[in-house]
Amino acid sequence: MSKGTLFDKVWDLHTVGMLPSGQTQLFIGLHLIHEVTSPQAFAMLRERGLKVLFPHRTVATVDHIVPTENQARPFADSLAEEMMQALERSCQEHNITFYNVGSGSQGIVHVIAPEQGLTQPGMTIACGDSHTSTHGAFGAIAFGIGTSQVRDVLASQTLALSKLKVRKVEVNGTLNPGVYAKDVILHIIRTLGVKGGVGYAYEFAGSTFEQMNMEERMTVCNMAIEGGARCGYINPDKVTFEYLQGREFAPKESEWEQAVSWWTSIRSEADAIYDDVVVFDASQIAPTVTWGITPGQGIAVDEVVPAPENLPEAEQPIAVEAYRYMDLAPGKPLQGTKVDVCFIGSCTNGRIGDLREAAKFAKGRHVAEGIKAFVVPGSEQVKKQAEAEGLHQIFLEAGFEWREPGCSMCLAMNPDKLEGRQLSASSSNRNFKGRQGSSSGRTLLMSPAMVVAAAVTGEVSDVRELLSGIQQ
Amino acid sequence: MSQVKAVSGRGIPLVGNDIDTDRIIPARFLRCVTFDGLGAQVFADDRAQAPGQHPFDQPQYQGANILVVNGNFGCGSSREHAPQAIAKWGIQAIIGESFAEIFFGNCVAMGIPCVTADPATTKRLQTLLAADAQMPIQVSLEALQVQCGDFSAPVFLVEGIRQMLISGTWDACGQLVAQTNQIRTTASRLPYLSWEHLTAS
Repeated sequence: MSKGTLFDKVWDLHTVGMLPSGQTQLFIGLHLIHEVTSPQAFAMLRERGLKVLFPHRTVATVDHIVPTENQARPFADSLAEEMMQALERSCQEHNITFYNVGSGSQGIVHVIAPEQGLTQPGMTIACGDSHTSTHGAFGAIAFGIGTSQVRDVLASQTLALSKLKVRKVEVNGTLNPGVYAKDVILHIIRTLGVKGGVGYAYEFAGSTFEQMNMEERMTVCNMAIEGGARCGYINPDKVTFEYLQGREFAPKESEWEQAVSWWTSIRSEADAIYDDVVVFDASQIAPTVTWGITPGQGIAVDEVVPAPENLPEAEQPIAVEAYRYMDLAPGKPLQGTKVDVCFIGSCTNGRIGDLREAAKFAKGRHVAEGIKAFVVPGSEQVKKQAEAEGLHQIFLEAGFEWREPGCSMCLAMNPDKLEGRQLSASSSNRNFKGRQGSSSGRTLLMSPAMVVAAAVTGEVSDVRELLSGIQQ
Repeated sequence: MSQVKAVSGRGIPLVGNDIDTDRIIPARFLRCVTFDGLGAQVFADDRAQAPGQHPFDQPQYQGANILVVNGNFGCGSSREHAPQAIAKWGIQAIIGESFAEIFFGNCVAMGIPCVTADPATTKRLQTLLAADAQMPIQVSLEALQVQCGDFSAPVFLVEGIRQMLISGTWDACGQLVAQTNQIRTTASRLPYLSWEHLTAS
């Protein structure tokens, strides 16, 4: 059993008590809600005559359903409009802070909470969205929950949970040019498997993560859930503190010093005990692309699609299913495969750093003929910053569309969808069957820079071949 | 809240590892403010791809209430819409090699046991149910056993969860809300609650 890790310290501090079931009643420091998984929870509260216990510890925004082209109200989709109104009503009724479209602070929930300084080290954070693991980048224990649990947090600010084991996932060394945080996490999931993390929290440690900025760390923790780990975290350090300082909800003045001191104290001890440790060498990680229908079906861009006999027996059936669905042949290279749609955005890769990096590769190039390529900033603040830096001009001149913030085609609950069997090069987090809105649509996950490489060549390409002349 | 000591009825096999929640209920069906009506949409895209071939469409499995799956069932999104859709179709218990955690937790909160069994057991159950959809099947949480025709095998469920289901205390909300004093005590020792000036607007 783990001991002395950040996970243990934060878990113990937030423990309210033990429940008769043997589960822990855990206090949730910050609860984030959005329009998709909360309306039924508010309805359950009403049915049971319950109130929101700590209304000022819940913050709302709208992201999944918002159109990224025409955001005029009422939304063209009457179901989306109904959900929007339900959230507006619930927030008003329960006195919950709501960052609505046009507020200047709306965006994907996992982009805006860090941006506002709401996400801080040492917190427990819950949200009715599996990518809540993102917030672990700050040294918070953050996980996705279902709607009944959203109800529980609203009513009690606590959850009934079983404690997780802790696996230290250590990556050491410097990443090669053209290799990004996205490649690191795709490589980890490819190696440990999509269910390798079930029952674990992942502590991402080692010099590679220490060298990453906060946005890169968020990309890594975001996809912990794709490896089966309900939460992933990185110990807070100077990089974390510098990111937080001055943000809207970050501690100020004398409280800042106290905060830094406490945040430092909750780091995993040097002699902490882990339930498991795995070690990777950063120099061995290449630009990585998924070829199949789970985020664990990834290969280096210059590898071939694996043959079934080279895979563990348990993974062979889903590989066979993936060849058929993706229309890819084992033993053949993925590089050179024609793509139809290129998407840059999502809670994985829709932050300003992602757009800056993508723009470096888009500058002076042009989207290949017949390709639909679009960039969706993760939040209104990201959009504003990108426009102040002229990134939107670079994208527009290169033939990309420049959109309004939202979840967009990561999960296609809004007008952004694949059509038919289109193949998408996507900076998002899931390549499940039908994920991007067409029941036969196909998704290749990759870094934003790799998406640009695919867009300008019209096919899956190695971003390292576009590196010359680009300042890293 | 009802006690869940055993679930009996007829089984439905669904073969495959890593069946994710996007497949269980595609995102477009999440555009709703209630869970009503999700039952008809469960596995909508998988069913549309193979008309009439999906177990949830096959006549012999209509009315089944125990779903038998393989590994990592329910991975992906946290959407409770997934177990809600399965439950509204008629499923009351799930047997599998392993379950994704958020999916498992959502099922507990709905009073649906997700019990695990070794791969040989789930495969055997799937084979038996494919051969005879009418074969009676029972999952007993008290005996931690599955019985399907003449075949029986042990199943596993975390003890605390098993007790919650058997005693009818699987809906944690009431227990959590009852601890308001302890909740406030815990809150009072969290340094960040006073630093973060996030007061109700």
